[in-house]
Amino acid sequence: MDRMPKWADVILIPLLSVVLALIASGVVVALIGENPVEAMAIMVRGAFGSAYGWGYTLFYATNFIFTGLAVAVAFHARLFNIGGEGQAALGGLGVAVLMLSVGWPHWTVALLAATLGSALFGAAWAAIPAYLQAKRGSHVVITTIMFNFIASALLVYLLVNVFRVPGSMSPETATFAEATHLPNAAQFAGFLGFRSSTPLNVTIFVALAACVAVWLLVWRTRLGYQIRAFGHSERAAVYAGINPVRITMITMLISGALAGMMAINSVMGEAERLVIDFVAGAGFVGIAVALMGRSHPIGVFLAALLFGALYQGGAELQFEMPAISREMVVVIQALVILFAGALDNMVRMPLESLFLSLRRRRDAADTPAE
Amino acid sequence: MDFLTVLQILDSTIRLATPLLLACLAGLWSERAGIFDIGLEGKMLAAAFFSAAVAYTSGNVWIGLLAGIAASMALSGVHGVASITFRGNQLISGVAINFLAAGLTVVVAQTWFQQGGRTPQLPPEARFSNIELPGAVTRIRDIAQQGPFGQFYSELISGHSIIVYMALVIVPLTWWVLYRTRFGLRLRAVGENPAAVDTAGISVVGLRFAAVAICGVLCGLAGAYLATALNAGFVKDMSAGRGFIALAALIFAKWRPWYALSACLLFGFFDAVGNRFQNIQLGEFVVPVQFMQALPYILVVIVLAGLVGRAIPPRAGGEPYVKER
Repeated sequence: MDRMPKWADVILIPLLSVVLALIASGVVVALIGENPVEAMAIMVRGAFGSAYGWGYTLFYATNFIFTGLAVAVAFHARLFNIGGEGQAALGGLGVAVLMLSVGWPHWTVALLAATLGSALFGAAWAAIPAYLQAKRGSHVVITTIMFNFIASALLVYLLVNVFRVPGSMSPETATFAEATHLPNAAQFAGFLGFRSSTPLNVTIFVALAACVAVWLLVWRTRLGYQIRAFGHSERAAVYAGINPVRITMITMLISGALAGMMAINSVMGEAERLVIDFVAGAGFVGIAVALMGRSHPIGVFLAALLFGALYQGGAELQFEMPAISREMVVVIQALVILFAGALDNMVRMPLESLFLSLRRRRDAADTPAE
Repeated sequence: MDFLTVLQILDSTIRLATPLLLACLAGLWSERAGIFDIGLEGKMLAAAFFSAAVAYTSGNVWIGLLAGIAASMALSGVHGVASITFRGNQLISGVAINFLAAGLTVVVAQTWFQQGGRTPQLPPEARFSNIELPGAVTRIRDIAQQGPFGQFYSELISGHSIIVYMALVIVPLTWWVLYRTRFGLRLRAVGENPAAVDTAGISVVGLRFAAVAICGVLCGLAGAYLATALNAGFVKDMSAGRGFIALAALIFAKWRPWYALSACLLFGFFDAVGNRFQNIQLGEFVVPVQFMQALPYILVVIVLAGLVGRAIPPRAGGEPYVKER
């Protein structure tokens, strides 16, 4: 028998964890000497108070859906992919190579190519750590982190020495051709008040499609079943004839591909060229998003929305309260990971005993007196 | 390349290996007791900031060191509560600690010093100065005129900060406590088979908290060394993945103290070579700077993948202990 109703497990616990994380962040803000309630109000207004705010919130959320799904898929096989940062950087490289080398006739074709390219490059960057984990037992947590550092060096090298526009000082590629520019929200949802400067673009639909695809994969296919079986018990999975090397490789490749696809949004959709450090921590945010979203696509979507709001609200906050640095968002992100991930039992244990005692009382009331 | 150049590279090997070694030993203590710790990086970073900040404000590097250790131990406490008391996922807790440190250090630095998330340059009295051993010369011109042994002594053995020598003493100390004392035996047992330790009437929770606390102290030393000895102040993200390289070294060393020393010296050597040779020319081809910067990380992966062989972690590592009722 479950100790707790399902809704409490799926909704109540993550919600309480986030509330605890926000309270802890409020304490940090108060210690810095600012008013946490006022800071919260600025963030909410900044994120949701205008079409401008919504545009950025949803734009960031699109990034985090991809990286969150990447971490979530790996979590199902009990693999911890911290390499989203590097895989996304390589995904950006894949997008840039395709956009600069082929004359695309229309953005739809280009979007399809960019999706494939970014997924392929991201997956390739995850392949080596995956192989080392599967075959050599090198822990994927350490190797993916090393690959983040290597990816960042590789990207700097390529942008400075290979892709830089001759005569330009800034380490970035040329702007992609006009035909490949993705329609932004002003074009497909201008009636909602989005201006042409909004970064929100059609990639958000790719992200939503990815949510559906991941749900289908994990819960409706044989492969997804094998991934989950492997994650629950490697020994039982092996006994059932599931090949651990194959599952580790495939799961990490899917994870890397999803992380890489983040680049469609940032590189192709927003910057329309490859710039240095475009990932900007989104790979790491994916960890918090996956943990909070309980590795379920719907949860990932909602958590990505929350973090999108935090990022956009955080930018506004820095504007209005200069004493609070942009890194405050990283602190909040860390506290969400801590409370929703590591301190899960701190919320769960008291809730479980609460629900148990409630049920006992109800059972006692239902039983007629002898 | 002459003898003195080799010595200089080895000298910076020792300097760069010291934070790795302290972090690696920190991880060794924690993991031997069955608590995986990928939060070494964050603890070092927090210690680096608080040691530099307090050393700058108080003008005394030793008070700074204590503050650094306190910061690192506070994060250790969080890790302990999450992974021992509440039986949470130790990897996730470690990741949270890394981000917490990365964010908090910059936020607090901005509030205290308003220099964009760094501390001011530390004056000499707020830093650990180099210790000149008796009979050693310091100026490079004097060293060059000495014989091979004198060069070896003056360049390599002498002229490090006190923390370097402390780290080198902590290696045999760790070995002795872990393998020659009752506490060490119990601590290792708790990482292999906590149920047996519990049956013997010894507190699993207590031993694991002790291990996590020692880990905090050593990470504190490592971080303070980064900010007050190797550099003169804190800058954002200055730990630069050293906590993770230390973990790789720990696996390479198969969780043994003396091997940890050699593994960290090896990784320190990679770092020193990468720093010294920024532009290597191989015939027509110039090896790019970025490659040399990425080299330590690449070599860590190669070492982990190819050279380690079978590394068997402590058996109960990563598993929270649940007493059967």
